[in-house]
Amino acid sequence: MFDNLPLWPARASTGAGNVDALYIFLLLLSGFMCLAIFSMIVVFALRYRRQHGHEAEQIEGSTALEITWSVVPLGIFLVIFAWGAFIFFQERTPPRDASEIYVVAKQWMWKLEHVEGQREINELHVPVGRDVKMIMTSQDVIHSFYIPAFRIKQDVLPGRYTTAWFRATKPGVYHLFCAEYCGSQHSGMIGQIVVMEPAQYEAWLSGGSSSGSLASNGESIFQQLGCVTCHRSDTQGRGPNLAGIFGKPVQLEDGLTVVADENYVRESILSPSAKVVKGFKPIMPVFQGLVSEEQLTELVAYVKSLSAAPTAGTKVRESKVQ
Amino acid sequence: MATAVITPERENYLNQEYGIKSWLLTVDHKRIALLYLVSITFFFFIGGFFALLIRLELLTPAGDLVQADTYNKLFTMHGQVMIFFFLIPSIPAVLGNFLVPLMIGAKDLAFPRLNLLSWYLYIIAGALMLHCICTGGVDTGWTFYTPFSTAFSNTKVVEAGVAIFIAGFSSILTGLNFVVTIHRMRAPGMTWDRLPLFIWAHYATSVIQLLGTPVLAITLLLVVFERVFHLGIFDPTRGGDPLLFQHLFWFYSHPAVYIMILPAMAVESEVIACFTRKRIFGYKFVAMSSIAIAVFGFLVWAHHMFVAGISLYSALIFSALSYLVAVPSAIKVFNWTATMYKGSITFTTPMLYAFGFIGLFTMGGLTGLFLAALGIDVHVTDTYFVIAHFHYIMVGGAVMGYLGGLHFWWPKISGRMYPEWLGKFAALIVFLGFNLTFFPQFILGYMGMPRRYWQYPPEFQVLNVLSTAGSTILAVGYVLPMVYFLWSMRYGKPATENPWNAAGLEWKTSSPPPTFNFDQPPVVDFEAYDYEHIPEVEEVPVG
Ligand code: HEC
Ligand SMILES: [Cu+2]
Ligand SMILES: [Cu+2]
Repeated sequence: MFDNLPLWPARASTGAGNVDALYIFLLLLSGFMCLAIFSMIVVFALRYRRQHGHEAEQIEGSTALEITWSVVPLGIFLVIFAWGAFIFFQERTPPRDASEIYVVAKQWMWKLEHVEGQREINELHVPVGRDVKMIMTSQDVIHSFYIPAFRIKQDVLPGRYTTAWFRATKPGVYHLFCAEYCGSQHSGMIGQIVVMEPAQYEAWLSGGSSSGSLASNGESIFQQLGCVTCHRSDTQGRGPNLAGIFGKPVQLEDGLTVVADENYVRESILSPSAKVVKGFKPIMPVFQGLVSEEQLTELVAYVKSLSAAPTAGTKVRESKVQ
Repeated sequence: MATAVITPERENYLNQEYGIKSWLLTVDHKRIALLYLVSITFFFFIGGFFALLIRLELLTPAGDLVQADTYNKLFTMHGQVMIFFFLIPSIPAVLGNFLVPLMIGAKDLAFPRLNLLSWYLYIIAGALMLHCICTGGVDTGWTFYTPFSTAFSNTKVVEAGVAIFIAGFSSILTGLNFVVTIHRMRAPGMTWDRLPLFIWAHYATSVIQLLGTPVLAITLLLVVFERVFHLGIFDPTRGGDPLLFQHLFWFYSHPAVYIMILPAMAVESEVIACFTRKRIFGYKFVAMSSIAIAVFGFLVWAHHMFVAGISLYSALIFSALSYLVAVPSAIKVFNWTATMYKGSITFTTPMLYAFGFIGLFTMGGLTGLFLAALGIDVHVTDTYFVIAHFHYIMVGGAVMGYLGGLHFWWPKISGRMYPEWLGKFAALIVFLGFNLTFFPQFILGYMGMPRRYWQYPPEFQVLNVLSTAGSTILAVGYVLPMVYFLWSMRYGKPATENPWNAAGLEWKTSSPPPTFNFDQPPVVDFEAYDYEHIPEVEEVPVG
């Protein structure tokens, strides 16, 4: 409803309507509150303005009233909290089978890589109706990935991955903004999200220049950097077999367990001694400073592909028995 | 009581001594308040000048008036000057300094020399900040986010950091002085439940200053050290964490919002009581809500970080806590409104500011509910919606409170009345200009315009033009009071001891008060806001 009012940006994702619904509710609620308070003030100001022969009546207060106007707002606040939290929960839990886009931000551009290998700068093509998850990191300062038409925003930090997801509903071209101040050209760090019909999108995908899928690029880096010498596809290597680890819990030397997500893989490569896998020695060399953010995303994509279902057409090795 | 004696010839704190030395070495809290008044007014106009340049730049979508780097420095220094050199000291250091001893019936603050020292610290900090501004400035945003501030910005981050570090100590010392004074220096009979709400709110503010500001100081030191010695605390390539900075920074900077707004609430309680001729409705609840705000205020900092990369569950907790802190603020608004019921209301300039305060603070508070709602915050954080929200609180609330208070106590401070009709006119201009400046920014924000943008897509222009137009009106509204206050010091009608016929000890001594405040040490045998026993005057005084 009210799609064409210039009070909000285009509503082009499945999440946008939910955010707007709460927003409209809050507009009505606060409009009502303002009206109530302001009209009371106006009425009192007129009715009880200073007049001859009329004195103020001293009233100490009323505990009943105080309790009412603390508890009732609190109740309303809790409803707003729950509603907002519910939307947030959806925003922060990407569907499992979402297709992935790797985003590397730097002063002052967005580099976006599709799993299939398409690379884009300050522009992202996505089809309507597909869940898309961004896995984002920054090469320098903090940036923030913001698409008003999808009502999503997520800071992009150096040194770790953050994620965001959406499912576009309407073909069109939408703004991509950097929302966290990042230096001189912060306001120039903008781009476009191009939402296409699936058929058009397929055409775009096959027409573009692909330099090999992320995972296959990752595999060649894996060989170049000598990772294979320790991480072999059997259990004989000096390091753990990486097949099937992604998304599963990993037992650590110090007794803790962590789930192997993107940030874990990233950390394992950059500073391996931070979390040492149980049963192994901390002999893995530190790769901090030796791999670029792009190479890192490709390595992560490769490690991930080792855990993908066989039907996905990616290489899978036999996973070590858990 | 309330004898209408005009006392301009009497010896008072202003005419007791003359000469620059008698001011620069004074330990009289009233004179120090005036020193602060002059210095923060200076910084207010500097910060305001930056704001006008920002608004002018945003008149058109293209970045055409100033360079991108200049623009970034403008909004950074606008924020730093306004927050650390105007808003935080504003009401406490000027009105609080002047009034806390008077209101509790004391001769001075507990530590008069410390009071002077805090002004000197402020001046040193201010001089350093000015030097920083004049020799290149800073471009980190007032928030100093790492790693931009520590490793990427090539502007004068260290100097600005040190300046704010020193200003922080000035603020800590003022807070310390107030806490001790309120505990130890109350006149006989001035029990805690007889304290004016002005004092309660200043007490709460001082506690925040004491507990919060050291954390800011440490955080800024860490930024400076990291920048100079490359320690790696906030640098992920050395195992540091940039989010740690945000936690530390907001641990102070969220409560800092209450350092700015609680004193404005303090002023409104006095003004509303006086011009409705009533005791504040629910005195105890209003007093306790100040304390509640100070306490809860420390538990909500991460609501500035919902999209920063904190975990889902900590976001949930901080969202819920943020709603809790909204309750005591709501309590205050309801109680002020209820105070008007069956009052006898006069529409003086301070009262107009109080009406404005309630209106704008309510809107600022209600839009805070939007921001605390996680799902909405994701969309509007770091956009103009946030800018509009905190300007409603800090300009609509705190600055309106400050101006209202200045008008209310001006007769006491200067011994002269300001021209009432001009005062009302300026209050109206401020109110209209303010709304025209900042209301469009709510819409801009929801439409998606990010903050700190030097250039922007053309569809945002109309609202930006409105906002810029409003800012010029607002500027007029701010210059006017400065002009007529100065004028009134010479030509204003001499003020009586109690021109508003107000309750409170500060009105039971001459205007301006003698150096030691009271000719005889007062004894308090009445409740706060004892309007029942104060007869109404025939005419409301007009200067
Ligand atoms: C010198 C041998 C060696 C080399 C070379 C090496 N690693 Fe490792 N790696 C290890 C060992 C041993 C472990 C387990 C101990 C630990 O966690 O530090 C490990 C752990 C890991 C893990 C965590 C595995 C798990 O089961 O949780 C990942 C991911 C990883 N390495 C990736 C890489 C990548 C990518 C490279 C190449 C850039 C690489 N490694 C190069 C020895 C090596
Ligand atoms: Cu950016
Ligand atoms: Cu940016």
